[in-house]
Amino acid sequence: MISKRFMPACVAFAAALTLAACGASNEEEPTNTPAAGGESTPAAEELEGNIAGAGASSQEAAMQAWIAGFGEANPGATISYDPVGSGGGREQFVAGGTAFGGTDAHLADEELTGAQERCGGPDNLIEIPAYISPIAVIYNLEGVDNLQLSPETVAKIFKQEIKTWDDAAIKADNPDAQLPSDRITVVNRADESGTTENFVEYLAAVAPDVWDFEISGDWPVKGGEAAQGTSGVVDAVKAGAGAIGYADASQAGELGTASIKVGEEFVGPTPEAAAKIVEASQETDDPGAHVFTYDLNRETTEAGTYPIVLVSYIMACTQYDDAAQGALVKGFINYIISPEGQEAAASNAGSAPISDAVRQKVQPAVDAIAAS
Amino acid sequence: MSSTNVDDLQSVVRGGPARGGAGDRVFRGLATGAGVVILATLAGVALFLIVRAWPAITASAEDLPGGENLLAYIWPLTFGTIIAATIAIVIAVPLSVAVALFISHIAPRRIAQPMSYLIDLLAAIPSVIYGLWGIAVLGPASVGLLRWLEDNLGWLPFFEGPASATGRTMLVVAAVLAVMILPIITAVTRSVFEQTPRRLQEGALALGATRWEMIRLTVLPFGKSAIISASMLGLGRALGETMAVAIVLSVSGAITFDLIGSGNPSTIAANIALDFPESSGLAVNALIASGLVLFAVTLVVNMAARTVINRQMRI
Repeated sequence: MISKRFMPACVAFAAALTLAACGASNEEEPTNTPAAGGESTPAAEELEGNIAGAGASSQEAAMQAWIAGFGEANPGATISYDPVGSGGGREQFVAGGTAFGGTDAHLADEELTGAQERCGGPDNLIEIPAYISPIAVIYNLEGVDNLQLSPETVAKIFKQEIKTWDDAAIKADNPDAQLPSDRITVVNRADESGTTENFVEYLAAVAPDVWDFEISGDWPVKGGEAAQGTSGVVDAVKAGAGAIGYADASQAGELGTASIKVGEEFVGPTPEAAAKIVEASQETDDPGAHVFTYDLNRETTEAGTYPIVLVSYIMACTQYDDAAQGALVKGFINYIISPEGQEAAASNAGSAPISDAVRQKVQPAVDAIAAS
Repeated sequence: MSSTNVDDLQSVVRGGPARGGAGDRVFRGLATGAGVVILATLAGVALFLIVRAWPAITASAEDLPGGENLLAYIWPLTFGTIIAATIAIVIAVPLSVAVALFISHIAPRRIAQPMSYLIDLLAAIPSVIYGLWGIAVLGPASVGLLRWLEDNLGWLPFFEGPASATGRTMLVVAAVLAVMILPIITAVTRSVFEQTPRRLQEGALALGATRWEMIRLTVLPFGKSAIISASMLGLGRALGETMAVAIVLSVSGAITFDLIGSGNPSTIAANIALDFPESSGLAVNALIASGLVLFAVTLVVNMAARTVINRQMRI
């Protein structure tokens, strides 16, 4: 490891000569020592400085792992992430208050144009998937260990049309289970949330006849048990006998998670099954060269694919006024999408690592960040 | 001050210039300053609320959260605030008065003293602790009772159900609030009950009244205005209580009188606390407008209490 005092010299050098390679041209070797130096630069460097990000709280646990992992390799770098929520993250990023942002829903409308403006052009905005996490349907029902639900049934339960556990529709999905006649308590998020938005998007896609609500981050059905945040939902389901809810699969703990019918079989919310959906999905018509967002193919019938998935994106720019900041953002995002970074998130947050195919697709966007 | 003559003392009491006392001038300045600061703060808070709420008041309906007009946004919150505080008062006042009477007139002195300390201690517990207690202990413990209320008293609109499976309901919130305001009401009423003139009490007993009759005929009438003002103090705290409500209540409905279900309206204070971090633009102004309503409601409650007390005093 090269000593830290080389770092200021390198940045100054880079600033003066516009030497991009000094930043983090490590596309061939996305290791956890970012800026290990491409073939043209003999000197490796550690990154230093401060950058701040804000956004989706779903990424919080993963972000902690990334910040810790990146900090190990770059002790001089301080990265902070404020999990204010996707909406707040987008707003702060557009306003220029943060160097990068996290969002569960991709940028659209005024926020998209605002972000493009902030970065200085449509092709200067970067938006790449960084965090893929299955959303589990969690339940608290004594004596039922492996609940299986078809999409229609899930939609009807969460619309509060199915009111008891021994309803014929649930029985049809679980012929062998001993279902009690208890009342179903539906637990939903009280706050606006990307988890809610992805969950209702799934319901609207697979059961359009039942789920006729507008899709947004606010839960549309009145009268359910509403809880604050993911932990609130998990606690409420734990506390309520006969309760069912939805939450990030990594937070489900010892609660039961329902298997969802995809095609002809029932699939549980495993990271592998969740990662598959991105491969099975279409990229959206992207509004810029470095924007990679997906319209998830929720109706997929492909075996072993879990369709209730949250894909959270990282937002950044290709250019920053401060070159050192650009270098740091580049190094950090490089670490996030690297196999090590994805592995760290998987073990800390239970997320599904992005596949190599996706990584190859988004790598050029990260490489485009000007580090000088 | 060395002089002890009566004229001097009187002039000091009246607030006239004390002869040669620099300390007095400083004290007078500090005390006046403190009074002015309080008034200025109150005016400043009111001004802040009005100025920041104004954009929401004048905004068009579709720009506001919920997409309806401001009234439709604030009214359910106001309703939730009032209903939670009202039920809390309904639970807390009889309980507090009974506890106060127990301490002042029933319990032997060696029990009464420690007991009043313990009640005061309840007031020292932070509201977030009450909130955690409500969601972790009282809520789950009340599930059976809520079910029973639904089964047996379901014909009342208050207990219509379906009963919540977690206990995060308006009734439990009101119970938590009741425990929180109990020390205030108890402390105020107790100290007044203890002031009941001894000759009245002894007279009643001498005329052959039982202890209950003596309390009903002398202590309660004497303490009536204290009970009212203490209740209003408690109501003020219940109206503005934030943390306990935010933690306990399951908010997923609009206006309902059903106290035992999951779909409750939020309260103004809890709604501000929960929504503020995620709000921006006009939504913040709408939240502040709801705060203005809470401010007004609390002012009205306190002024009403004052009027009632003044009328009581004159009789």
